[in-house]
Amino acid sequence: MEYRSILFETGEDTSEELPKTCALYSDLNLDRVIRDVTAGYRDYNLEPLYRKTLNSEAAIQYRQAVFKDLEDDNLFEQLKVFTQNMADVRKYLSLAGKLDCKYNREGWFLHAVDTYCRAVSEFADHLTGVTLKSRGLLLFRNFLLIYIDSSDYKFLKEEARQVKEELAKVKYCLHIKGNRITVRKYEGETDYSTEVEKAFAKFKQGEVTDYLFRFSQDAGMNHLEAQIAAYVAKIYPETFRRLAKFCEDNAGFQEDKIVAFDREVQFYLAYLDYIAGMKQSGLNFCYPQLTSENKEISSRDGFDLALADKLLSDNSSVVCNDFYLTGEERIIVVTGPNQGGKTTFARTFGQLHYLAGLGCPVPGTEAQLFIFDRIYTHFEREENIQDLQGKLENDLVRIKEILSEATSQSIIILNEVFNSTTLQDETFLSEKVVEEIIELDLIGVIVTFVDELASKNNKIVSMAGVMEQSDFSAITFKFARKSPQGLAHAISVAEKHGLTYEQVKEKISNEGSFTI
Amino acid sequence: MKVRLLYENRGFDPDQELPWHKEVLARDLELNRLLEAMSRGDRFVEDVARTVLLTGSENDPATMHYRQEIVKDCLANPDVVREIYNLAVDTLKARKKHHLGIFTYYPSSVLSSAVGLMGLLIEMAGKLKNFADKHGHRFESRGISNLFALLKNELADDYFTEVQQHVKNLKLDNGLIISAELGRGNVGNNYTLCKPAADKFDWMKRLIGRKDPAYTFQIHPRDQGGHQALAELRNRGVNTAANALARSAEHILDFFFTLKKELAFYIGCINLYERLSNLKAPVAFPFPKPVGENVLSFRELYDVCLALTVDEKVVGNSVSGDGKSLVLITGANQGGKTTFLRSLGLAQLMMESGMYVPAVSYSSNVSSGIFTHFRREEDAEMESGKWDEELGRMSDIVDSIEPGAIVLLNESFASTNEREGSEIARQVVTAMLESGIRVFYVTHLYEMANKFYLTNPAGVLFLRAERKEDGSRTFKMIEGRPLQTSFGEDLYYKFFGRQKI
Repeated sequence: MEYRSILFETGEDTSEELPKTCALYSDLNLDRVIRDVTAGYRDYNLEPLYRKTLNSEAAIQYRQAVFKDLEDDNLFEQLKVFTQNMADVRKYLSLAGKLDCKYNREGWFLHAVDTYCRAVSEFADHLTGVTLKSRGLLLFRNFLLIYIDSSDYKFLKEEARQVKEELAKVKYCLHIKGNRITVRKYEGETDYSTEVEKAFAKFKQGEVTDYLFRFSQDAGMNHLEAQIAAYVAKIYPETFRRLAKFCEDNAGFQEDKIVAFDREVQFYLAYLDYIAGMKQSGLNFCYPQLTSENKEISSRDGFDLALADKLLSDNSSVVCNDFYLTGEERIIVVTGPNQGGKTTFARTFGQLHYLAGLGCPVPGTEAQLFIFDRIYTHFEREENIQDLQGKLENDLVRIKEILSEATSQSIIILNEVFNSTTLQDETFLSEKVVEEIIELDLIGVIVTFVDELASKNNKIVSMAGVMEQSDFSAITFKFARKSPQGLAHAISVAEKHGLTYEQVKEKISNEGSFTI
Repeated sequence: MKVRLLYENRGFDPDQELPWHKEVLARDLELNRLLEAMSRGDRFVEDVARTVLLTGSENDPATMHYRQEIVKDCLANPDVVREIYNLAVDTLKARKKHHLGIFTYYPSSVLSSAVGLMGLLIEMAGKLKNFADKHGHRFESRGISNLFALLKNELADDYFTEVQQHVKNLKLDNGLIISAELGRGNVGNNYTLCKPAADKFDWMKRLIGRKDPAYTFQIHPRDQGGHQALAELRNRGVNTAANALARSAEHILDFFFTLKKELAFYIGCINLYERLSNLKAPVAFPFPKPVGENVLSFRELYDVCLALTVDEKVVGNSVSGDGKSLVLITGANQGGKTTFLRSLGLAQLMMESGMYVPAVSYSSNVSSGIFTHFRREEDAEMESGKWDEELGRMSDIVDSIEPGAIVLLNESFASTNEREGSEIARQVVTAMLESGIRVFYVTHLYEMANKFYLTNPAGVLFLRAERKEDGSRTFKMIEGRPLQTSFGEDLYYKFFGRQKI
């Protein structure tokens, strides 16, 4: 089979790119993840690639296999070297486009070609020495080896080498007196500085200040340098004729598929770079198994990628959570104390699926995830809170939209959607929505205060926040499959603030005793 | 060309780290009075002398002898030594005049600064060499003879001709030749100043013998950009050569600086000697003994700082203390005990730095370090805090002493009651002695002193500040067992004028 693309096996990119403004990105913190993943890769315009999830098992596995191959540090590093060289090639070519002096331009063009050939040959060399398992990289290697064996490439490389070698032999002298400059060939004159240094060496006591000025090596030439270069070209006419011809003959020297590979492979490098620090801190990533018919999904030790990144940079530890759906179960209803990690749990569920859909390794030690067509999210937003009536309406409009678009292949994640209204309303609306969701056979997570929701249906599994055994008020950010713990939380939080019945009574009686 | 006036085999580092207790030592021994007399206001001499004195404990007896020889040479030829020192001082001032490294930044200006400075440095080196030629026969020490021999050999006439030619060449009066290669993008690179043609004839020959073409062009006088570019090119061209010459100038300056700093100590020795001679106060070159069997014998040892303060000869003490590792000094208040203790510390410091000592004769072991623990008067009101503070200082000392060290204790362990103080003092001192530390201890702790007297009379030298029958002090230390009172009564009556009942 012919190599087409390192991202898409068939070379055709049919998947839909979701708009940046899609609620899913901000709700699941994926906008942060994508921003941070692509931060160092601006030149490659990777964001669109991260907004296209795949919806076939084969397409996902094609990428997973490439990721697995790239987990080899050595290959990863070599790939980095290759893409850095390719970035240099672009830099030199763009520079050459801006220069006035012909010799200057040609010099940079030659340097670009030379860098390109070195990048390609060295990378091909390296690839032949490693064991590859992914179809993507195997196909690419095949393609690359055929390419570097082509007579066109060989000729390009050899010619560049020879012209470069000849230019390196150019050595000339400038005799400057007043405003007159004479340019001529170098005739074996000796370096005067070494002689001077030697003459005074006997006084040396220890190290002394270095007065060497660090000149920057300019890329361009001023008009004096350009004039000198023109005379140097006259002194070495053959060398410069050859250079000119080389530049004329090789204008479009880069192979399109290699240029495309250089960009597309950044998708992998960027993600691996992003998760490298987390892996080092002991967090796990795994390649999920994928299912599209069966809705039994599971994840062990998953976590919110964006939150983990932030926590690790603050030197805090990351709490991981497990979840699964089995048999008829479709929806996880999450309850627990405020600030207890409910939203994080919901995001983790969504992120894991989204990342799996990109073909990326996902947080956790093992996972089986569902191949979705869309992930729909609706999270409670604080900014709209002043207009309660309006908000409730908006919520309903949005939910209706979701439910009319969603298919049985969709995932839904709702986070405290109706809490702008009375508990009675909220309960009623939530129950109605859950009925609809179950009707559609969606899988997903619903975060809510409505404890009743958790025991409504055998398609619903309840997960609640786990409290520290020894201290009921301590939040662990862990969730377990159990019924809502509503009242216990309330008491423990009150206790923490000294507001239990006994505490309050005791305080009052102590104060009272003084007044008697 | 290495200057070796302080160590036979190595240079002296004036910035070396001084012992942690340098301030305490200087304060307790009143070292600043000594340094004042040595420096006569020359801060540089003062700093070097301080460093040499405070690092003396690192020296072996051979180094001390090596320096003693030089000190003797210097005392015999003070004028020549001062002239050489002043020559070094003047040379170092030249650096400022030529702004090297201050306003100079671009290679062209570095080069012109260095050319100017180098002309002067070569002249100064010539003067130095003339001193060696003229006065060499008057010096006998290994240190100075070697230095003069070095100057004669290294700075021969043809050497001066050679280096002067280099300086002349680098004025670039005949323009300059730069070799260059092509870097990335064919931009000129590796600009290197070439050695100029030896003479006009050589230059002509090169021009005539040429086969390859040469192209000459001129920059138009109004082409401002062109002139700037040319200046830049010159800068690149002379960069390495300017660096070489500037570094060479730095090397010569360094040489003079080394000479200055190593001579500074001996200037201090000359200054102090002249001052003491005026007071008719004696000095002697001591006999430093390696660490081992305890040696401590001297005649007419006096506190040099006291003599400098009162500006007259002061009372000296003589002791034969060979074989004793503990000297316990008791006796009358205001009897000169602290002065005596200080004179011991100062003499030891001076001996170890290679100086003469303020005595008619002095012989002692070199130490592995001199430590002082003097009673602090200032914070008398906080009795408990004072005990705490005192023990803190003592524990610092104990943390850093090694066998062979000398510890000078002045009224230590006195800020608690006598029984406790005595017991702790006895334990600390005994432990020190058994660890090979020498202890010189001024104390009123009769119980402790008496205990040493009863248990180990042979290993301890007991001295007492002499008090005449009429109560007057002679400031002499005499051998004698500890007595129970310290004659504080005498002082009381002296100040309150009442008679004994």
